[in-house]
Amino acid sequence: MVKKIRVLVAKPGLDGHDRGAKIVARALRDAGMEVVYTGLHQTAQQIVTTAMQEDVDVVGLSLLSGAHMTLFVDVAELLKEKHMQDVLIIGGGIIPQEDVPRLKKAGISEVFGPGTPVEDIVSYIKKNVKR
Amino acid sequence: MTNLAPKIISGDHRSIARLISLVENDDPDAVETMKQIHRHTGMATVIGVTGVMGSGKSSLIFELAVAFRAEEKKVGIIAIDPTSPFSGGALLGDRIRMTELSTDEGVFIRSMGTRGMMGGLTSALYDVVEILDAAGMDIILIETVGVGQDEVDIVKIADTTLVVLIPGLGDSVQTIKAGLMEIADIFVVNKADKPGIEQTIAELESMLDLQSSLDRRIPIVATSAKEKKGIPQLTNKIKEHQTYLKTSKTFEQRRRQRYEAELIEIIRKRLMEFIFDEKKLKSTVDCCIEQISKKELDPYTAADQILGKILK
Repeated sequence: MVKKIRVLVAKPGLDGHDRGAKIVARALRDAGMEVVYTGLHQTAQQIVTTAMQEDVDVVGLSLLSGAHMTLFVDVAELLKEKHMQDVLIIGGGIIPQEDVPRLKKAGISEVFGPGTPVEDIVSYIKKNVKR
Repeated sequence: MTNLAPKIISGDHRSIARLISLVENDDPDAVETMKQIHRHTGMATVIGVTGVMGSGKSSLIFELAVAFRAEEKKVGIIAIDPTSPFSGGALLGDRIRMTELSTDEGVFIRSMGTRGMMGGLTSALYDVVEILDAAGMDIILIETVGVGQDEVDIVKIADTTLVVLIPGLGDSVQTIKAGLMEIADIFVVNKADKPGIEQTIAELESMLDLQSSLDRRIPIVATSAKEKKGIPQLTNKIKEHQTYLKTSKTFEQRRRQRYEAELIEIIRKRLMEFIFDEKKLKSTVDCCIEQISKKELDPYTAADQILGKILK
């Protein structure tokens, strides 16, 4: 039996910058994970439906537009609504430090800002994946 | 482990997704459910889409799915991307082209890595097709990896195989080596908005002229997923092929071929599990290696002895 960690890397909202998301996606792939990449401009609904169909263990959200307080929280709430609390949610992008506690309260387990070594993200996922 | 069969048959997406993960992971928990759903399968039309890298397979599948949805058919999509033989990881990006379908309740999309399987498929694919079939999908579209020219295993699963080409690959028909050429039920020349389309079609036609032995001439359809052209023609050709299969009795033959391949795959997996059950075999192998290095035994005799123990 070979269990692989499956991760959805998603870009919610109106934000066309996905270099960071792609670098993270690649790093996770190189760490032996299966990474589903959604492409740009996803709604919270699309992200959650994709997470469900792909049966991922982790949802990684990347946002640089400033709308994280709405969109990250929407995704977390929708996942909860679908009884998918066993999915680990992490975020990244341009997220001000003062927003992080509120995001964590909403269900985003960790937030990784610019300059985070990708190894940190890999080991965080391996350590915290919930199933 | 709860039995997922009733929920699979009722078409519950969450359960479909869970069961697919279980079969992908070779989880023994999946076996009971797989046994039970088999008699609820056989209704879905399975369409394989293969072809060279960058030929627009994902976009074409998206357009086909939209067309089948317009006929109120339920559509399952399996998109396969390569697993790295080095890290074991995979980047699955085919959904990027299918975003608009992701919230349609009548569509279920699953991305899969090849996980070490050759031939452009993945070993759990037979199971995944059974699952989507039992869950009531009318159409199952399978996108193969699309790297090389020998992705021919798709014919073991698909009722109808589309081979996708694009114009402007130089002497493009030269790129269709024997294998890929022989598996097409329909040729699709995609990106028909690009220059060189007439030439590519002409080359294909002249190649087909040489295959007089077939009782059915393989149709060629020019499509442009970008300009949304040729899709109705393609769905018509797919339906014609389905009718052909059923009238020529080829359908039964193809289904038997699929079950044969599936059965062999299950046996292969079970045997591999058994052979590589370290607890059972480690000591035997270790013992032989000791003797081989001391020249008391040669590797061939050792292999025969070990196999003898397994097959006993």
